[in-house]
Amino acid sequence: MSTATTTNSTTRSTAPKKAAGMSAASLVAALPQALVKLDPRHVFRSPVIFVVWVGSLLTTVLAIISPSTFSVGIAIWLWITVVFANMAEAVAEGRGKAQAATLRAARTETVARRLVGDGPDEEAVPGSELRLGDRVVVEAGQIIPGDGDIVEGVATVDESAITGESAPVIRESGGDRCAVTGGTTVLSDRIVVKITTKPGETFIDRMIALVEGASRQKTPNEIALNILLATLTIIFLLVVIALQPMAAYSGGTQKVVVLIALLVCLIPTTIGALLSAIGIAGMDRLVQRNVLAMSGRAVEAAGDVSTLLLDKTGTITLGNRRATEFVPVGGATAADLADAAYLSSLADETPEGRSVVELADANYDTGSGDRTVAGLQRDGATFIEFSAQTRMSGVDLASGELVRKGAGSQVAAWVVEHGGTEPADLKAEVDRVASSGGTPLVVAKQQTGSPATVLGVIHLKDVVKPGMTERFTQLRTMGIRTVMITGDNPLTAAAIAKEAGVDDFLAEATPEDKMALIRKEQEGGRLVAMTGDGTNDAPALAQADVGVAMNTGTSAAKEAGNMVDLDSDPTKLIEIVAIGKQLLITRGALTTFSIANDVAKYFAIIPAMFTGLFPGLGTLNIMRLSTPNSAVLSAVIFNALVIVVLIPLALRGVRYRPASAASMLRRNLLIYGLGGVISPFIGIKIIDLVVSLIPGMK
Amino acid sequence: MNETLSGLLTIGVLVVMLAVAHVPLGNYMARVYTTERHLRPERWLYRLAGADPAKEQNWKVYAASVGAFSLFSIVLLFLIIVAQGILPFHNGETMHIDTAVNTAISFVTNTNWQSYAGEAGTSISVQAVGLTVQNFASAAVGIAVVIALIRAFARHETSLIGNFWVDLVRTVTRILLPIAVIVAVLLVVAGVVQNLAAPMAVTGVTGGAQSIPGGLVASQEAIKELGTNGGGFFNANSAHPFENPNALTNLFEIFLLLVIPFSLPRTYGVMVGDKRQGWSILGFMAILWGAAVALVTWAEVAASSGVAGSMEGRETRFGIWASSLFAASTTSTSTGAVNSLHDSYSGAGGAVLLLNMMLGEISPGGTGSGLYGALVVAIIAVFIAGLMVGRTPEFLGKTIGRYEITLSALYTLVTPALVLVLGGLAISLPVAKAGLLNSGPHGLTEMIYAFTSAANNNGSAFAGLTADQPYLNLTLALAMLLGRFVPMLLILALAGRLVAQKKRPATAGTMPTHTPLFVSLLVGVALIVTGLTYFPTLALGPIAEALS
Repeated sequence: MSTATTTNSTTRSTAPKKAAGMSAASLVAALPQALVKLDPRHVFRSPVIFVVWVGSLLTTVLAIISPSTFSVGIAIWLWITVVFANMAEAVAEGRGKAQAATLRAARTETVARRLVGDGPDEEAVPGSELRLGDRVVVEAGQIIPGDGDIVEGVATVDESAITGESAPVIRESGGDRCAVTGGTTVLSDRIVVKITTKPGETFIDRMIALVEGASRQKTPNEIALNILLATLTIIFLLVVIALQPMAAYSGGTQKVVVLIALLVCLIPTTIGALLSAIGIAGMDRLVQRNVLAMSGRAVEAAGDVSTLLLDKTGTITLGNRRATEFVPVGGATAADLADAAYLSSLADETPEGRSVVELADANYDTGSGDRTVAGLQRDGATFIEFSAQTRMSGVDLASGELVRKGAGSQVAAWVVEHGGTEPADLKAEVDRVASSGGTPLVVAKQQTGSPATVLGVIHLKDVVKPGMTERFTQLRTMGIRTVMITGDNPLTAAAIAKEAGVDDFLAEATPEDKMALIRKEQEGGRLVAMTGDGTNDAPALAQADVGVAMNTGTSAAKEAGNMVDLDSDPTKLIEIVAIGKQLLITRGALTTFSIANDVAKYFAIIPAMFTGLFPGLGTLNIMRLSTPNSAVLSAVIFNALVIVVLIPLALRGVRYRPASAASMLRRNLLIYGLGGVISPFIGIKIIDLVVSLIPGMK
Repeated sequence: MNETLSGLLTIGVLVVMLAVAHVPLGNYMARVYTTERHLRPERWLYRLAGADPAKEQNWKVYAASVGAFSLFSIVLLFLIIVAQGILPFHNGETMHIDTAVNTAISFVTNTNWQSYAGEAGTSISVQAVGLTVQNFASAAVGIAVVIALIRAFARHETSLIGNFWVDLVRTVTRILLPIAVIVAVLLVVAGVVQNLAAPMAVTGVTGGAQSIPGGLVASQEAIKELGTNGGGFFNANSAHPFENPNALTNLFEIFLLLVIPFSLPRTYGVMVGDKRQGWSILGFMAILWGAAVALVTWAEVAASSGVAGSMEGRETRFGIWASSLFAASTTSTSTGAVNSLHDSYSGAGGAVLLLNMMLGEISPGGTGSGLYGALVVAIIAVFIAGLMVGRTPEFLGKTIGRYEITLSALYTLVTPALVLVLGGLAISLPVAKAGLLNSGPHGLTEMIYAFTSAANNNGSAFAGLTADQPYLNLTLALAMLLGRFVPMLLILALAGRLVAQKKRPATAGTMPTHTPLFVSLLVGVALIVTGLTYFPTLALGPIAEALS
């Protein structure tokens, strides 16, 4: 497969990254939407918030029947709780709206020039009436009417509408760069596109739905969590219902308003309110990194991944072999070798050739100021290009001096041909370089009138991207195995794998090998993530639990994967895993926090309910809250405010650093478990100090 | 030797005995449930029941077998009780129909709640062929179910979780029966009664005539404790000198009721192929049990040190320490045998006994039921906290997804629902309230204790509540029935889900479930979930009493 697709990956100019935080303004902006969401049909989707909603309605009725500062206060704050819960979701959704608006603009109705039959005749049809398999003509300046593959021609295309990248990209028929996206603009030339997606289901349509959260389905883990929250809600409902007869038996029947307040405080409103916002924000974090997940399920699966398949070229290594070392042999000096290597590579425009020039320039005096290709040619030098027959390149200087560079056996033969001998240490050095995973290039020179000599070996090797080794180490602490996929021979692959620090490698990999590897990992119960862009990657992308297709790839690849990286940066897989984990951690942390909060609420409300009946229970009022009414209202207010306080955390996600599960658990349990027990004691006390000032709270 | 020293020594000896016994017993039990070999008497039993021991069952068939066997047991026991007048060894014992229903359900559900007086309600025949048989069978059913769950964790990508009939029969023939025989002999040696003689007529010190019945006490006593049953031969249960004559038998009986529940975590560790998993569950159980023993003892010693320092409701031959140790152990094992009157405990002490049961009998709980209860706590803990390591929660390589958490959450819901609904109803109905001895918080505690004991299949009585009346007999029977079989059904359904899953290998990214951190997480989850469920009830009952 080809992964040399990082051309448009580095910079993004048009779509600025949104700040990860949240401003007070965005809260206010979300308010109208939050009020609209008070519709019971909407609230019903979250069982916890629905209970609060019903409670608000009941207390409102009760407050109207027998008004008091307390009952009105409770009714108001219960409604505020529901509004805050809606607001969390509205804020999260609001962030996707702007992006969706930009995309909508790109989805303007186009007129397609459809080819009739196989012939060259065209007919004009609206873009929305295109069918699968239709062939349309698009010329410079026109918008591509739908997703498809180029079947004829080559063109530069402006894809900034979806990628935010302003530099045009080249799209051509055949191969792995044939896919075009509806809504993007052809800048030059003429292409014929075969439509592969139905109108209304195009990539842009799906993107809009995704960033808006319209097509958001609850993920498996979210459903499971909702079930647990619903069960807790039922338990607390029973607790509160059973409390009344017990209170009556004890001689202290409770006001219904107080019971509702207790219920709302006990049920896990915090996580219930923030649950959908966390999910939306998780998707949004991916969108901000220019990755589109086709489903929330895929994001969750990313957190669960235990094996990463990474392509060597472009992901682990820089993509091209580079000269890293000059090894002189047979008595030649390193400077002689560097000089000859420089001369022989001067006209070589391949990345390898340029790297030789750069290495010589950087370490030796090559006189590069006056020795240029043009200058030497003017002086009468002849450059010899690499050919498959000679497997050598080089230069014949005007002075009669000949310089050659090439594969070991060829250059050795050339030296012998020109009266020289092969130095004894050459073979050893060539083998050493080869066995370390590098590619040896041998350099030789013939001075006028003397026999040719071998000067030494250029060590070309795949250079591992800086920082990759550290990332693999991090992944290992997170329990993720990395497998390097490469077309190299096993020897070379092993050497690079060792240098990069990956756990395993698949050498001379064919698409079938890749598929077999994924199956094997999955049979062992592991979840596999991979990236790919070619049509031959499609089956593996579909088989993998997380398949990230490059946007530059074919539509088959994009269709098969469950994520698309608009930047086409295969390294991003690692970030995607981190985002998936962060999503799950945030959910768990806020659930733990929410449940832990209940302890303090009991200590506020139970003494308030029963101290009149059993003065001894006043001992439980460890927060020393001023009056029973103030205690209950303070707990309710805390319960509402904590939602707003935690919205930024829900949107940003809990801080995440790669670490082992054990240390992450320790840290998060301490912060969200223990913190969740302690913080409401402080919060409720502070609120009580304020609330007790309200007249009528006695 | 003063009481503190002797008390500490008793606890120390008990802990050493358990520590020594649990590994070999746990290993032995693991072997019992994994070997392919059948004993000849076992083959006869399978032939009798028409079961094919070589054929394993999926969870539905397993659950149906449990249900059929238990229903048959209830009906049979009910008929034996009702027909006791025409059976041999009858000495005028009688039971109302509603009491008989209650008793039949009680013994089949391993609750052994007795709303009748043991020696006055049941004849020797009923005790021997009815109750004692169920003492074995009900304990074996509990163990069989947890073994099925353990297999579900140990196996993968299959639907088979074992054969109920094999698990049931082997539990009786290879574990309960052999141990009970040895124990019964030891108890007889130590002074427990075992005879078929007619009641002995004696004249008391005040000159009053008394009729003292004997019976096959030692044999029933052995399985009563070993199977965490708790149904006493005599009304006074283990406070009766014929059942529990001295400090030595007392210590031995406490050991017996704890030994299987504390050994099952080892069995579990061995069967899932990771003994550390067993250690962490054992640690969790031991911490809760140890804390309960310490708190009850502390509360009772403190309460008895005042002017009113009382031995009320306790036997002088045991004293406060050994009584507290027995009380804490019997309530945390779903045994429900008593050697002292729980009604006489202080507010704080009584609250801990109540809390032991409210935890869901997991510290270490009943035979089998304690471990599956603890494993559900582990699943809930893994689900909530496991998300915090950034992966879909998994336990022993099995993903805790939608169905797994639904079943576990429902499991957690069952007993609180029974206690709160039936308890709340009873406390507001005059017909039930009439049975209360006390009013105020203590009265509430008496009522809640009864339903907590029944729904959690403990069977101990707080006393004070006269429960032998139709309303309470029937609602308590309902609590026992649902509190036993609904959770079992959920556990087996859970086993069915888990066994079908692939096993995911543990990596550094997997939340470890064998560390001290996880043990403290389990303790935290168990206490918080229970505390949140029962705090208002406890506040109006024992806490209000303790703080007044």
